[in-house]
Amino acid sequence: MIVATLFIQRLNFIDACYIVAFSLFIYGMSGLTGPRTAPRGNKIAAAGMAIAIVATLFTPHVLSGSSTPWLIALGLVIGTAVGVPAARNVRMTAIPQMVALFNGVGGGAVAIIAWIEYRHHFASGASLWVEKSQIPTLFAAIVGSISFWGSNIAFGKLQEILPGRPIKLPGQSIINGVLFVICVGSAIVLAAGTHSQGLFIVGILLAAALLGNMVVLPIGGADMPVVISLLNAFTGLSAAAMGIALNNTAMIVAGMIVGASGTILTNLMAKAMNRSVPAIVAGGFGGAIAAPAAAGAEDRGPVRSTSAQDVAIQLSYARQVVIAPGYGMAVAQAQHAVRELEKALETKGVTVKFAIHPVAGRMPGHMNVLLAEADVPYDLLKEMDEINPEFGRTDVTLVIGANDVTNPAAKNEPGSPIYGMPILEVDQSGSVIVLKRSMASGFAGIDNPLFYEPKTALLFGDAKQSVSDITSEVRAL
Amino acid sequence: MTTITEIAILVLAAFVGFEVISKVPNTLHTPLMSGTNAIHGVVLLGGLLLMHEATGVLEHVLLVIAIAFGTINIVGGFLVTDRMLEMFKRKPELPEGSADKEIEGK
Repeated sequence: MIVATLFIQRLNFIDACYIVAFSLFIYGMSGLTGPRTAPRGNKIAAAGMAIAIVATLFTPHVLSGSSTPWLIALGLVIGTAVGVPAARNVRMTAIPQMVALFNGVGGGAVAIIAWIEYRHHFASGASLWVEKSQIPTLFAAIVGSISFWGSNIAFGKLQEILPGRPIKLPGQSIINGVLFVICVGSAIVLAAGTHSQGLFIVGILLAAALLGNMVVLPIGGADMPVVISLLNAFTGLSAAAMGIALNNTAMIVAGMIVGASGTILTNLMAKAMNRSVPAIVAGGFGGAIAAPAAAGAEDRGPVRSTSAQDVAIQLSYARQVVIAPGYGMAVAQAQHAVRELEKALETKGVTVKFAIHPVAGRMPGHMNVLLAEADVPYDLLKEMDEINPEFGRTDVTLVIGANDVTNPAAKNEPGSPIYGMPILEVDQSGSVIVLKRSMASGFAGIDNPLFYEPKTALLFGDAKQSVSDITSEVRAL
Repeated sequence: MTTITEIAILVLAAFVGFEVISKVPNTLHTPLMSGTNAIHGVVLLGGLLLMHEATGVLEHVLLVIAIAFGTINIVGGFLVTDRMLEMFKRKPELPEGSADKEIEGK
């Protein structure tokens, strides 16, 4: 017993627990490499987190003081009371908003913790130089604050509380630059230790908050997959920095894994849109290009509209049908109807495949989750590189609520704002049917020449209703 | 622990992170993001460690908020990821054989 107490008191026990915890994080995340092992991986990572929390509570002094245990319990209860129902009830179409919000609260927590750490250890001003944890603390304060406010704006845009269009001020990039300089400059002044005002840290947090708002506000909805991934990376990096400041290995490793994940996804998404991350952060996808889009719409000629019955006949007599879903499918909650159509066609002997563009939807992998929710087998979901050679062999492609990711202008029109972006080459298939609510252009505000091609027919209406109509016509045939 | 040791851990963790995450297929990128949401909830530990040092109402309130935020991340993140991953796993009827066997064989 005495040995055990000594062991715990000498902190080896806590450190050992942290090592177990972060090993479980890594092992759990490596389970995510396949759908089959993923649920177990997630549970393993959760077990690692539980170990880390319990170990922290056993750390000497953590529960000292009469009110401390109660306040900790209060925080845990509030968090659980909010988190559990949110996770249980969120619709799969709303996952991007939820991830944005979760990024935000994580960044907010880091910023608060950095602020308090700062108040305790550095506000007095003495011998700041030697305090090694100061630089990571300031870094965490800045990045955490940017992530909190940026994520809240992203949430507002995704939830459509804020307009999805880019909101831009004149001289935006100059303002952002000044705010950035204020953040970093104040941090250097603080780290140099010549000024001791505690107010500086508040100034840093506020400047970073403004910067977070200013950076995300001008970014259009089409760029959301990149923004969410980037903010994810930010929150992770700030958590890792805070781990260095607090000498906490579990925080360092976990934060770094999240940082790596966010960075990888950011690059993948940016690559899938053929845009550089700095260009996206500098802002304005839709803003700059709204005018040429409107002009181009007029000289394209008429579009051909069709009926559910015609579509059903075309689909039923096809050998291979590819369905290209986009955010419109999510908005219309049409994924279950799509699954019914897929089943109806398969009973007629039609091969059905799904073409998933990396940035279809509002976050990485969004379409996959929606279709999984509707029980579409994941081996029918084909990634862009895999499905593009197949379009030549495809009789009919059904585009459901996708627009920009199918736009042939990305290949053929060097003047187009999305020129160079890899697309689903649906225009290579025998014929194309596009389900659309109206002739309004996509989130990016770019006109789509695909709609005016002779082999393309448009079926107007709510995607869910249209798909259900097609399905019942297919069954009646 | 010295700063240099911690930076070594940081760098190694970055490499491990890149190695592990780059193997995650596109299909699972959304659960990956919500899973990493849960994992950066690890900042909860920071809130727990600092609570007993807090003085004054402001710091106590802020830390309760930070702990609540971290808990939302952890609890909400792992739960919603689990919900999603179960959707990928379950598959009643399947036309194509190979994946079917894989599922049954788990």
